[in-house]
Amino acid sequence: MRQAAGRPDAMSDLDFTVVLRAWPYLLSGLQFSFALTVTAFAIGMVLGTTFALIQHHEVPVLSQVVRSYIALIRSIPLILVLFWFFFLVPVVLGRFVGGGRSIPIGPTYTAFITFGLFEAAYYSEIIRVGLRSVNKGQFEACQALALSSFDTYRSVIMPQVLKVASPIILSQTIILFQDTSLVYVLSLTDLVGAASKMAQLNGRLVEMYLTVAVIYLAICSAASQCVAVLRKRNELPRVVRQ
Amino acid sequence: MFDVLFERGLDGRLYGLYLLSGLGWTLVLAFFGWWIAFLIGIVVGVGRTASNKIVSIASRLYVEVFRNIPLLVQMFLWFFVLPELLPSTAGSWIKQMPPPWGAFIPALICLALYTAARIAEQVRAGIEALPRGQSEASAALGLAPSQAYRFVIVPQAMRLIVPSLTSEVMGIYKNTSVAMTIGVLELTAESRQISEMTFQTFAAFGSATLIYLSLALCAYQLMTYIDDKVRIPGTGMTKRRRLLFVAAGGGKARRHE
Amino acid sequence: MMTLRGEKIMLQPESDASGTQPIVMVERLVRRYGAFTALNSVSLAVGKGEKIVICGPSGSGKSTLIRCINHIERHDSGRIVVDGIELRDQLADINSVRREVGMVFQSFNLFPHLSVSENCMLAPVKVRKLTRAEARDRAMTILRKVRIEDQADKYPGQLSGGQQQRVAIARALCMQPKVMLFDEPTSALDPEMVQEVLDTMVGLARDGMTMLCVTHEMGFAREVADRVVFMDQGTIVEESPPESFFQAAKTERARNFLKQIIR
Repeated sequence: MRQAAGRPDAMSDLDFTVVLRAWPYLLSGLQFSFALTVTAFAIGMVLGTTFALIQHHEVPVLSQVVRSYIALIRSIPLILVLFWFFFLVPVVLGRFVGGGRSIPIGPTYTAFITFGLFEAAYYSEIIRVGLRSVNKGQFEACQALALSSFDTYRSVIMPQVLKVASPIILSQTIILFQDTSLVYVLSLTDLVGAASKMAQLNGRLVEMYLTVAVIYLAICSAASQCVAVLRKRNELPRVVRQ
Repeated sequence: MFDVLFERGLDGRLYGLYLLSGLGWTLVLAFFGWWIAFLIGIVVGVGRTASNKIVSIASRLYVEVFRNIPLLVQMFLWFFVLPELLPSTAGSWIKQMPPPWGAFIPALICLALYTAARIAEQVRAGIEALPRGQSEASAALGLAPSQAYRFVIVPQAMRLIVPSLTSEVMGIYKNTSVAMTIGVLELTAESRQISEMTFQTFAAFGSATLIYLSLALCAYQLMTYIDDKVRIPGTGMTKRRRLLFVAAGGGKARRHE
Repeated sequence: MMTLRGEKIMLQPESDASGTQPIVMVERLVRRYGAFTALNSVSLAVGKGEKIVICGPSGSGKSTLIRCINHIERHDSGRIVVDGIELRDQLADINSVRREVGMVFQSFNLFPHLSVSENCMLAPVKVRKLTRAEARDRAMTILRKVRIEDQADKYPGQLSGGQQQRVAIARALCMQPKVMLFDEPTSALDPEMVQEVLDTMVGLARDGMTMLCVTHEMGFAREVADRVVFMDQGTIVEESPPESFFQAAKTERARNFLKQIIR
């Protein structure tokens, strides 16, 4: 594997112009990474909130199932989860929709579904902790005002939870963005996949991978700064001020 | 359902042994990786809170770099890129390392340094959660900063962060699976091999899953045990203990400037 | 709307001698927490426009009693009837009662992410189905009444404790309830802020609102209450008009209690 790299004898032999030529292709890989991140975020947050609410309300059978799912997903490596879903998603879809035969839906859609379901387990825990930290009095005030459950969560509880949890949610999303690189094992073309394919063509492994590292570093560092800013800004003003 | 583990592969070995060998590599990577990461992590974490600007900036840089690049990319950098950047003799020597070690050593270094960055942040959080009064009392007693760290600050900080270190322990053995991309035949890699050779996908991945779950359980039990053993008598969540915590000057995060 | 003071003193749960149904009727209410009985067969009738002050040592069940009236706490047996609606476990009944009953909490429980006016507008819009404009008009009117309309666009975290509690009262009033419940409204306030809240409550009383207040503020009881209800260990020990309660309490327990709180 390693011998195939076009081998410069010293640092000065590095040629970063190949990066410029490969840039459009790298960019398309990056686009895929972003698309995957955004979709997984959306699916993960919606599902995660649902899971958190189910656990918070201790719905009889469902909350046990949800709890087990989350514990399972959080205990095994993401690569193994990818392999599992890659195998299971067509089978499950086939059973429910295709009338028995497994539907091959292609690695891309499998990846989107997998990451969404994977992140749901992580977002769910963040939101569940957030829900627990909301003062019980807020729920009682809503009850006293005869607000429906739906309005209580929509207008009072969830806004507070999301505000307080937003730095942690953003941190988790940064981790998600980094995790999307693992679609490499499914031979999908995200940023790392694009660099890898280019490296095979132009033999410039070093330049390609260093560039990828720098791109990730730039994006994730910037996002981490946003997390720090959010953390400072979103400290909910304490209501009881004497 | 798990009968496939008792069948033999092309080289005559039981498939069950494939898994065991994979588990072995996973455990070795995780174990040694963890201890290296732990040592480096404490040093960098303390460095983050140091008053010496150079030390704190260097630590900050370390953490930023190793936390913001995906583990997979870091693996590739250690495995593909480093040998190319070194002077030719060192580079060739690395590339000529025999098969398991050629991939294992870079994987170990990569995993250790990555995890160290995460541990460093936990250590920093633990130190900053201590009451300001602790360092003030140490200084008042005439302890030098290094002594204060060694005998007062770090011991308390480490006890505080045992629960959050649990998730790092669980993280490192999960992250060993990324080493499969550079050729380390750890547990996940072996389970995929079995699945590709026998088409018994469910059994192959299922066994690996069960093993990972057992590891998770063990790690969790171990950390709970450690948490118990290192607990300072009289610490806990009762109202009286909270008052003591406050009396010690607690409640404010401390920053070294 | 004057208080029907003289007649109310004689009102018993079963009789309606005055010809008016009590607006809140509690009959043989029981509430247990495991082995501990918080309310032990409590009965109380409150007439329209009546002001009741409930007092007693801690653990006497006074908070539990009023929290059962709007079903924040469930009761184990007995009957509660508010404005003709019997409180059972059905959500429809519970919500009907909660629409007509306003509650003010010891810890205010304002919504920190909404401004003062938005706090007051939320329930009228979502529950009474007012338009935002109507809700805002009503909110401003009531905020004016509790003399805090200049803070309408501020957030709870920017207000003092006394101001927050007045906003909480306004928020409850915006639902135009028939009965107001107060659960130790001034206990969490610094002493200098207690008076502004009590003044607001006195104003409310003079406007004819039916009020049940759990409080230790005996001055307030003297000024406004039609009846003082003294509770101890889950039962109503004594019930009398304020003057006779304070001057000559009938029971030993009540007298001991008064000795401790009146300096």
